[in-house]
Amino acid sequence: MEIINTVIGKNGLIFAFLLVGGIMLLARFISIRLTRKRIPDVALAILMGLGLAFFGTEKGIADIPLFSGLALLGGSMLRDFSVVATAMGADLNKIKQAGLAGVISLFVGVTFSFFVGVLIAYSLGYTDVESLATIGAGACTYIVGPVTGTALGVSSEIIAISVATGVVKTLVATIFTPIIAKKIQLDNPHAAVVFGGLIGTTSGVVAGLAATDLKLVPYGALTATFYTGLGCLLCPSVFYLLLKFIA
Amino acid sequence: MKIYGVALLSACFIIGKIIGSYLGKLIHVNSDVGGVGFAMLLLMICSLYLRKKGRWSEPSEQGIWFWSAMYIPIIVAMAASLNVKAAASGGWVAIIAGAAVTLLGMLCVPLLSKIGKPKNQADGDH
Repeated sequence: MEIINTVIGKNGLIFAFLLVGGIMLLARFISIRLTRKRIPDVALAILMGLGLAFFGTEKGIADIPLFSGLALLGGSMLRDFSVVATAMGADLNKIKQAGLAGVISLFVGVTFSFFVGVLIAYSLGYTDVESLATIGAGACTYIVGPVTGTALGVSSEIIAISVATGVVKTLVATIFTPIIAKKIQLDNPHAAVVFGGLIGTTSGVVAGLAATDLKLVPYGALTATFYTGLGCLLCPSVFYLLLKFIA
Repeated sequence: MKIYGVALLSACFIIGKIIGSYLGKLIHVNSDVGGVGFAMLLLMICSLYLRKKGRWSEPSEQGIWFWSAMYIPIIVAMAASLNVKAAASGGWVAIIAGAAVTLLGMLCVPLLSKIGKPKNQADGDH
């Protein structure tokens, strides 16, 4: 047993390939046999991944040494690398055509998320401007939240809430995108570019689109990747001052 | 050789990330702004150019397709290594704000999709 543990420990990434392969095989089996393909296998596999994450905290199940390779396979380096590779299947003309809509949706997305987040935090009893701005920033992505909170000097509890808000956003985008896609006409590259700009949380956007239609992933990823930067730029500065002015 | 494709992908990735980081520094945000986006555009432009010149071989392209296909397994691994407990521990504020912002944002998709879309394509583009 000890030898097995050492071998897996030393080859974490390889073990992660095996694990994910197993998860996807199981997801495919369930999708075909139990749901008659009504729930896509990719969506099921992602849900199973999320379920496994409950076994740990900070890095999900990768907190357990045996499964630490999953954090490397699912980390930002390989994730971004493979997202860039999906650009091979994208059509430059379609991106040009959706360019303006993409830029507008980015600004609308960040502004909208921030102020809806602030409004909800305010209605649930938070009143100081710094906390409100931090939670609003967390409603953009789980990176914008702590960046804003640190800049404004709020307590770690508020920062934790802002991170949690961003993570909830990722989860909701992952789970609900395939369900709601038809209703919001998210079935073409143009809409995917807009979707990426509006939702912005890269992991949620790409996971949600992957579960909906693989072909849409590069288009959504392209705009989503600008979202966190834009949020980090606007939230602690313009939006915070605006909020202070209102209050 | 497949490695040529992977090397091209890596080059685009690194250059894109560098541009993104410089852009971040330029606007005083301590992070990468759109690095992945720049890398994707670079890769698209490079592959278009190489194809036109006839310098693009099937095996080199396969090196990139492999990583493109690895995308789903990577997302599954990412899902398994997310801090889902934090999402639950943030309390109602986090859950309500996170869910409301995402769902309301999704509802804006059809509205903003109208921008820059030719009318005759609106229904036929599936």
